[in-house]
Amino acid sequence: MCQNCNLDEKEKKLQEVLNKHKDTKGALIPVLHEAQEIYGYLPLSVQEIVANALGLPLSEVYGVVTFYTQFSLYPKGQYKIQVCLGTACYVKGSSSILDELKKQLGIEVGQCTKDGKFSLDACRCVGACGLAPVMMINEDVYGTLVASDVANILKKY
Amino acid sequence: MKSLTELNAIRQKIAKVPDYKILVGMATCGIAAGANPVMAQLKKIAQEKNLKNIDIQLTGCIGICRLEPIVEVYDSKGDRYTYVKVDSKKAADIMQKHIIEGNPCTDYLICDDSDSCIKNILETKSFKKQIRIALRNCGNINPEHIDEYIQHDGYLALGKVLTEMQPSEVIKLLLDSGLRGRGGAGFPTGLKWKFAAAAQNEQKYVCCNADEGDPGAFMDRSVLEGDPHSILEAMAIAGYAIGSNQGYIYVRAEYPVAVKRLNLAIKQAKEYGLLGKNIFGTDFSFDIELRLGAGAFVCGEETALMTSIEGKRGEPRPRPPFPANKGLFGKPTILNNVETLANVPVIINKGPEWFSKIGTEKSKGTKVFAVGGKINNTGLIEIPMGMTLREVIYEIGGGIPNGKAFKAAQTGGPSGGCIPAEHLDIQIDYDNLVAIGSMMGSGGLIVMDEDNCMVDIAQFFLGFTVDESCGKCPPCRIGTRRMLEMLEKITDGKGEDKDIEKLERLAYSIKEASLCGLGQTAPNPVLSTLRYFRDEYKAHIYKKACPSGVCKHLLNYYIEAEKCVGCSVCARNCPVNAISGVVKSPYLIDNEACIKCGVCYEKCKFGAIYKK
Repeated sequence: MCQNCNLDEKEKKLQEVLNKHKDTKGALIPVLHEAQEIYGYLPLSVQEIVANALGLPLSEVYGVVTFYTQFSLYPKGQYKIQVCLGTACYVKGSSSILDELKKQLGIEVGQCTKDGKFSLDACRCVGACGLAPVMMINEDVYGTLVASDVANILKKY
Repeated sequence: MKSLTELNAIRQKIAKVPDYKILVGMATCGIAAGANPVMAQLKKIAQEKNLKNIDIQLTGCIGICRLEPIVEVYDSKGDRYTYVKVDSKKAADIMQKHIIEGNPCTDYLICDDSDSCIKNILETKSFKKQIRIALRNCGNINPEHIDEYIQHDGYLALGKVLTEMQPSEVIKLLLDSGLRGRGGAGFPTGLKWKFAAAAQNEQKYVCCNADEGDPGAFMDRSVLEGDPHSILEAMAIAGYAIGSNQGYIYVRAEYPVAVKRLNLAIKQAKEYGLLGKNIFGTDFSFDIELRLGAGAFVCGEETALMTSIEGKRGEPRPRPPFPANKGLFGKPTILNNVETLANVPVIINKGPEWFSKIGTEKSKGTKVFAVGGKINNTGLIEIPMGMTLREVIYEIGGGIPNGKAFKAAQTGGPSGGCIPAEHLDIQIDYDNLVAIGSMMGSGGLIVMDEDNCMVDIAQFFLGFTVDESCGKCPPCRIGTRRMLEMLEKITDGKGEDKDIEKLERLAYSIKEASLCGLGQTAPNPVLSTLRYFRDEYKAHIYKKACPSGVCKHLLNYYIEAEKCVGCSVCARNCPVNAISGVVKSPYLIDNEACIKCGVCYEKCKFGAIYKK
């Protein structure tokens, strides 16, 4: 996410993305990925800009944003925590990791802490099944977790 | 790249053999286990001690996830040493003792089942039973260097195909090899290519399905991270065979390392002229674009995947028309899975006869499995088709941890089924697995032990499909939700007589009536657990008991009087005051008032609380 940019700068970056994808076939999803990189999420105002630039109805853009779990209509935390609830992790007790995180952060799945630092999500398999149970904080992967590891990991951020 | 001669020049351009080549496993699993500080330490020492003529490289996943981070040392004599669970301190020791003083650190080497450590992974019992075709380069080359891939026979098959073979010969060769799609259903790859080759259109597409959505499977991630060029090469070969000049790789956004390495590989291949115009000086041109998924399991279904590349909601559409005639952007398209493609260059280099000698009558070659769950050796394995499940679990997998009993192996993820102990001796191939109510699937193999409740597992998978159903067709959208509600009723202890029959009837209707593979296979986890573990369902419904002690609502907590010292910790922590007693004498839980939160169970220091 572009943390230090003001809104105008973000919009400028978005315009660059839109220009870059002018001739891309099926550009909507790549554009939304990059827009989310810039804004951290995809509010309606951003969806409108994208829809106008690509010549698509806003309903179609909104339909795509809400179809895919990677896209978010709401802001996420600075650190996005994702707890894997894939089969291997589930079998090895990842729900206890998720419960501990909820307790430590005082938030539910899908929510963000008040200071905007952490958001908590459950995800389906990050592909590190050999290390189950696993969670990801932004792009860092933590494996072979037990519930008591959670507090120390959170302290790092 | 204008000719095979030019490729051969790179093949032979092997720089001076270093005294030591050091490879650090840096796929997602290695990085998660701490490979970054290890790599930094190795490089720091090499620099500080001014070590010349050693080569430190990153590599992909060699498959032994539980022993990560892994560092392998190759010396100039050709000896190979596999160090496991390396941390910064061990890395420093390896540099000092092995690299500087020339004495391998035997204490850190990989061990087999016995206590004595052996030199390298190739000597382990579990590795000796494997044949590595799709994973041939994973853990052996640096995936970020195209030259290393070329020096391991990379792009040789593409060169051969473009300069010596007709497209029809390539297809015939694949048909002869017997290669079947590794994504799950096992459709013959050569046949798929043949159909698309026959379609008349000036624009055709080659797609690679790298949207590995099956939770518990990571074969494709390992190939993409460890050997991305093999996929590019195979796609170009496919392009030549069917007459396409454009490929798309649809990869999960959840795999950032794979995305980075694929992008790098595409850039390098373009620089070398192995992608782009007039490859190997021929008329053939081919380009590849990467498309990121956005977290939708249904996009693993071929028509949904193509709709998603087109930039729309990833909803499947009815077939026919099949993608071979009308696929991406309405043009003839083939879609192959990562592992399938990884096999292609090897089959061309070594010949279809060689390939078809491996495996069973109808399933040729090898299959990669991501082995996880309740098993000692979690990781990635590649076995010849026809190996028994028992060999996989007990000989390669090292059996079940903590002396527990094997209950079932789950293959095929949310589309597959559970294989019980009575079928441990089944030979793994496409047709055998279908015959016992499971399927090969993409290669997730999750082992469950006596502590896993099969009704709970079925509910887990149904919960997954309900979340991931795209909503286009009612049997899947509504039917799976109804099934999940029935399962929840059963695990909540509210199951009634005839619930099993209702569940079965609905399951078969959903299979019959759903539009795409997701819905057609969604009931499988329920049907296969009903087939082999019906007694567990019955225990939940008629005895209101969960035999494995998993389903919360069917459990009661008790205090074992002999073990209870009367410390009162449980009573003080109970949120609903359901525990009563007098200090220094055994306490008692009132099961009527208990909400089964498990706090007392966790807090008791004397192990006096048990659940039943």
